[in-house]
Amino acid sequence: MTISTGNPSPQAMADSRRDAAHSDAGATASHLLPSNVPVQLVDPDGHHRHDDRYPLPDGGALLDAYARLVTGRRINDQANALVRQGRLAVYPSSHGQEACQVAAAVVLETTDWLFPTYRDTVAVIARGVEPLEVLTLLRGDWHSGYDPCEHHTAPQATPLATQLLHAVGVAHASKLRGEETVVLAMCGDGATSEGDFHEALNFAAVFHVPVVFFVQNNEYAISVPLKNQSVAPSLAHKAIGYGMPGERVDGNDLAALLAVLGAAVERAREGAGPSLVEAHTYRMQAHTNADDATRYRTQEDVEKWVPRDPLTRMRTYLHGLNLLDDDAEARFAADAEVIAAYMRDGLNAEVQPDPQELFAHVYARRTPQLEEQAAQLRDELSRQDG
Amino acid sequence: MSTVSTAEAEITDVTASDTAAATAAAAAGMPQSLTFAKALNTALADEMAADPAVLMFGEDVGPLGGVFRITDGLTARFGEERCFDTPLAESGIMGMAVGMAMNGMRPVVEMQFDAFAYPAFEQVVSHAAKMANRTRGKVRLPLVIRIPYAGGIGGVEHHCDSSESYYAHTPGLTVVAPATVADAYTLLREAIRLNDPVVFLEPKKLYWTKEDVDLAALRSRFDAVDSDGAPRGGSPRPGAIGTAAVARPGTDATLIAYGPSVSTALAAADAAAAEGRSLEVVDLRSIVPFDDETVTASVRRTGRAVVISEAPGFASVASEIVARVQERCFHSLAAPVLRVTGFDIPYPSPKLEHWFLPSVDRILDAVDELQWEDQ
Repeated sequence: MTISTGNPSPQAMADSRRDAAHSDAGATASHLLPSNVPVQLVDPDGHHRHDDRYPLPDGGALLDAYARLVTGRRINDQANALVRQGRLAVYPSSHGQEACQVAAAVVLETTDWLFPTYRDTVAVIARGVEPLEVLTLLRGDWHSGYDPCEHHTAPQATPLATQLLHAVGVAHASKLRGEETVVLAMCGDGATSEGDFHEALNFAAVFHVPVVFFVQNNEYAISVPLKNQSVAPSLAHKAIGYGMPGERVDGNDLAALLAVLGAAVERAREGAGPSLVEAHTYRMQAHTNADDATRYRTQEDVEKWVPRDPLTRMRTYLHGLNLLDDDAEARFAADAEVIAAYMRDGLNAEVQPDPQELFAHVYARRTPQLEEQAAQLRDELSRQDG
Repeated sequence: MSTVSTAEAEITDVTASDTAAATAAAAAGMPQSLTFAKALNTALADEMAADPAVLMFGEDVGPLGGVFRITDGLTARFGEERCFDTPLAESGIMGMAVGMAMNGMRPVVEMQFDAFAYPAFEQVVSHAAKMANRTRGKVRLPLVIRIPYAGGIGGVEHHCDSSESYYAHTPGLTVVAPATVADAYTLLREAIRLNDPVVFLEPKKLYWTKEDVDLAALRSRFDAVDSDGAPRGGSPRPGAIGTAAVARPGTDATLIAYGPSVSTALAAADAAAAEGRSLEVVDLRSIVPFDDETVTASVRRTGRAVVISEAPGFASVASEIVARVQERCFHSLAAPVLRVTGFDIPYPSPKLEHWFLPSVDRILDAVDELQWEDQ
């Protein structure tokens, strides 16, 4: 299946969806299957690979996305350093997956919705959310620091796959109101084993809502490798079971991600329903700083992925086209450093969360019991101060 | 999902035959005979008519009208975009409701039976209950989870659980259990208008009970308030949710009950009156928020209390009520606060359930034990 806009009209898609639910499904459903190999438009050596189905994004778009890639890598590095300094409680890094992070953010309009996971900090910042608000969760000040409605970006989900159903609900509500909102919902390879993953794909397909399910297959769910998670031909193959198209893409190829996710978003916006995109990538670092990855994989395993790094291949490609030069590189690095410095300054400043806020948001109207408990804590605090 | 009990079949006829007479009486502005089921159905219809953001979905709630017919006629009246069937997956139903509530809707979902709601548990406790707190009040979830609840209908396995403790123990959830036809209507409309997630427990055994209610009077209350339960242009005031009702005044002891156990408590109070003992019955109406004020005022007055609940008593809502009453009324108490609850066993089979459920006799026995000899 090609998730591209050159495909049948929404009405034709809806008809084929109904047809697929009937007895001749086997004959008509093969168009829902993903490519045999992940879509790649720029290879690890930085060379363009032509693909009839997916045109290469234009140079300006690639250069802009590359700048965000540089920033994303810097954010990951800086956050890791801040954990070591005790300024963040924990950080699940997306090092190596930054192309997925950037693409997920830039293919959406501001009116669309993004549903990120705990590993998608870079995507949330790329979406335009203030970095310190994003890091409120991992700093431990509160469970989420930004206004999801202002940014149309859900809180980063820690339970696996539960947010995919929320994404379906947000899309369903928008569809009922006749809005053109598209929802992009992120999860990892491990999350595809959760029941909510299946329920979300099924609900999205049955209600024909505009959701793009974006699986970052980074080969590990903490310590468990993909082969122990699923023996499906690919995770994108799961889509056909729900009557939606699936596609596979090289998750370290920024150009291919922009093309494939962009097509999936456009398709959803045209009313052609949900789809599933699996990006094949690799988690270059441990699950979090609290994890010891040497217990379940070797350094050689990791090093195989170094030459496939999303930054180096895009840098080589853009240099080859003379779209990028050393001056621009220096400018991008300086811009990234500004955000890193902002993170350092912001997180080095002491913030004292207000204990009274513990009672503030639980109910729209505080219960008498919470009033009592708030008074008890207030009393306790005043005795400490005294 | 499922085997349908014989009791469910009965209710269909009751709701259907009610409709014409009820409509005529309502038009005349007179008190009318209404079943508990029809009151819920009317509350849903009235809220859906009042607010296009109110949606109803779940299993078999569309053309069938739900296995208990609570959504009867809603798809026909409001269209299949506003009352619809979902795939058979409770976590999916609940998770989709969370997303819809995040994005401007006020979904009402039906879990077909209490014990079929458990696949949705993570969505309820980790997401519905926590979203407002997680987002510092930026995202409030106005949604209602309707659950046909508790026993007394001869349901086969997994059709009768008293699951209120799970929900009441989860901060962020409002937990409501109506015991009268009028409250079924009022509490459901209030629940839909709250800006928080509400677990709405509908005692199955009450679905086909009838009462005379003045529907026009009940309705008028909702014409005058905004979506947060506050009178338009006025200051917030508590509604029925969060306010217990004294279902029967009395002077000698207080029976504290909610949902399905209120009618049993009232029957016990009738029997006690015949023996010369005056029992007050407090109907909690909502378990969360809990109305300490009404409960403690009653117990301080009577000096004795028995808490009645169908759920197994260990670590239960009944336990919590006993603890609260004891903490607040210690110096007014003439006897320990006792409980009449279900045994600490899985819900029994139909032929054995009457041994499990609180009965008038057990309540009277408990009342007898309240140290009357000291008087």
